[in-house]
Amino acid sequence: MSTNIDKLHDDHHHTPTGIMRWITTTNHKDIGSMYLWFSLIMFFVGGLMALVIRAELFQPGLQLVVPGFFNQMTTMHALVMIFGAVMPAFVGLANWQLPIMIGAPDMALPRLNNWSFWILPFAFTMMLSTLFMDSGGPAAGWTLYPPLSLQGGDSFPYTILAIHMLGLSSILGAINVIATILNMRAPGMTLMKMPIFVWTWLITAFLLIASMPVLAGAVTMLLTDKFFGTMFFTASGGGDPVMFQHIFWFFGHPEVYILILPAFGIVSTIIPAFSRKRLFGYDSMVYATASIALLSFIVWAHHMFTVGMPLAGEIFFMFTTMLIAIPTGVKVFNWVATMWRGSMTFETPMLFALAFIVLFTIGGFSGLMLAMVPADFQYHDTYFVVAHFHYVLVPGAVFAILAAVYYWLPKWTGKMYNEGLGKLHFWLTTIFVNLTFFPMHFVGLAGMPRRIPDYAVQFADFNAIASVGAFGFGLSQLVFVYILFNTLKKDVTAEDKVWDGAEGLEWTLSSPPPYHSFEEAPKVD
Amino acid sequence: MRISNILLMVIFPVTAFAEWETNMPRGVTPTSEVAYDLHMLIFYITVVIGILVFGAMLYSIIYHRKSLGHEPAKFHESTKVEIIWTVIPFIILVGMAVPATKALIMMEDTRDSEITLKVTGYQWMWQYEYLEDNVTFFSKIDTESNTARRLNSGVDVKNVNNYLRNVDNAIVLPINTKVRILLTANDVIHAWWVPELGGKKDAIPGYVNELWVDIQEPGTYRGQCAELCGKDHGFMPIVVHAVSKPEYYKWVGIQKTNKVAKNK
Repeated sequence: MSTNIDKLHDDHHHTPTGIMRWITTTNHKDIGSMYLWFSLIMFFVGGLMALVIRAELFQPGLQLVVPGFFNQMTTMHALVMIFGAVMPAFVGLANWQLPIMIGAPDMALPRLNNWSFWILPFAFTMMLSTLFMDSGGPAAGWTLYPPLSLQGGDSFPYTILAIHMLGLSSILGAINVIATILNMRAPGMTLMKMPIFVWTWLITAFLLIASMPVLAGAVTMLLTDKFFGTMFFTASGGGDPVMFQHIFWFFGHPEVYILILPAFGIVSTIIPAFSRKRLFGYDSMVYATASIALLSFIVWAHHMFTVGMPLAGEIFFMFTTMLIAIPTGVKVFNWVATMWRGSMTFETPMLFALAFIVLFTIGGFSGLMLAMVPADFQYHDTYFVVAHFHYVLVPGAVFAILAAVYYWLPKWTGKMYNEGLGKLHFWLTTIFVNLTFFPMHFVGLAGMPRRIPDYAVQFADFNAIASVGAFGFGLSQLVFVYILFNTLKKDVTAEDKVWDGAEGLEWTLSSPPPYHSFEEAPKVD
Repeated sequence: MRISNILLMVIFPVTAFAEWETNMPRGVTPTSEVAYDLHMLIFYITVVIGILVFGAMLYSIIYHRKSLGHEPAKFHESTKVEIIWTVIPFIILVGMAVPATKALIMMEDTRDSEITLKVTGYQWMWQYEYLEDNVTFFSKIDTESNTARRLNSGVDVKNVNNYLRNVDNAIVLPINTKVRILLTANDVIHAWWVPELGGKKDAIPGYVNELWVDIQEPGTYRGQCAELCGKDHGFMPIVVHAVSKPEYYKWVGIQKTNKVAKNK
């Protein structure tokens, strides 16, 4: 997608070529593309770790890895997928889309933008290098609960520093998003006229700024506990291991919505486009997103109902968690109402968006079940939870990202992807994702805890199915890579308005868009 | 077959479900029963909501498509409808919150217990102390499972008796007795969980958490550690033998005799 931008590049603007172009670029499209490619690579790195996990769990008994390495895989899989795959993908989409959706020439802070991307490869090199150290990588789960995480070896400070760098990158990215949206909208585009994807990203950026420093504080305290003798989380020194969990989840729960709010924005963009009908209840969508964001700060302890909180605390966090079902329900109902009496077609982006609604809602249902504290005492830390959060993250966040790529790829490159292959990718992905994660509900309810490398034989059948599904899912993503390269090889033929039902400023630009997007601000009525 | 299983099978059609456990066990304690009932209540509610929402979606996908020549309608908001689908979920949630809160208050009430069992988590075993009866022992995975679970041990784990679910020293508890379980840990956080006896609770260094069970039926109940506690987290089983009260006191007597014998 980069070569075409070169051709359209303004003559007066001399930039380096080759690798230096990518290292020094301040262009939102270049940076957006780098974020997306980086995310794709990390998606495969994290995916390979998931396949190590699923291969070991294919049968009871240990066949492939020792338990210590298994724990490193579960820990790293989560860190890589959350911070390396899903978050950078959303930031990449923000980079590409925000300026062209609000009628701006570029992001507000281009140099900052360059920096926030280039932190990532270094952070992940450092984090992944721990797998090759004598002590191995972090193995206490991505939640890094002490005292277990404090038992980590020499790799511990590398992991902490990598997390600091990732947090820094996210905060800088979020500052850029807020500055861009608040200052660079085209004249006439009031806040309540912004595309819904822009709204969801604005709210996500505030969540990032509020929650990332909390994570930085928590992991710094871990670091000083381990190396400088502080006893923040060490009971024998007057510290409190549970306090870490409170601080971590005060970050962790907003983080969950950081991973899903932009996905809501994408689905709210794609469903109207292929229903040829305006989004139902735009205002209530915005308010629902804002309420979810606000509620996300007062529900954190539902991740830790079993730590022995006082009854009043358990009841409070149960009620606030249940409340989240209301704005989330409003969103789902509004999507269905948008489709209702529309004129639908089912191109690949729409298929992924529809599957998102169904499968994300299933994840929402299990989330509601998990909110019930008495039942959660049974669900907590079982595969039921694993099924729940993979339903909202894989057919949730990841499907939305795939939908967005199919939807905007012709705009970005000026080249149309192969629709037949896109649909093949969709059906393979959807079948295998359910084959992987649906049986996890059953083994979880039947009593299989999460994060175990080996299990009792009564869980064997469903685990075998899940493993088959996981390998199928992984292989299906190679179809996606093929589609990408196949598309990039083509000639520029896509129309400016690729989808006849699509609305928004980005479709008024050429495909691919000019280097500086909107040199003159468009007028929005 | 339970209705729940049939529903689950409809959602996920696999032909042979004969031996495959797909649902939470109802268990044998008041706490496990309320958890199960609440679980099923919410499961059915979500199934009904799912049928309505996905049904509307499916109808729309089938009939409101361009290939059938369906023209898009122009509506894009309706305050009335939006208020309705904000208020109705709220009412449903209140309907769920009331039984959940009642159940929770019951579960957290550890008063009036007859026996207190203190559980301490270690990497990677459990220590049990019967505070009134003065019996103490450690409990870890049995030798047969422990040998079979080694990487490439060459043992077919399907032939191992209760693979990963058997211990050297099992807990013995009397039935129809309210037993308070105190939980703590000596190194890292563990969680003590036997599904059929109700929910789990974390065993945390520096904390003493509480849990209670009142087992209604004699039998052997198995569980394991449920909080990641290091490399052998998957190998910390829990076995509870529930017996009648006279048998329980007979067992206590034997434990004490053994202890006296050991000390001589």
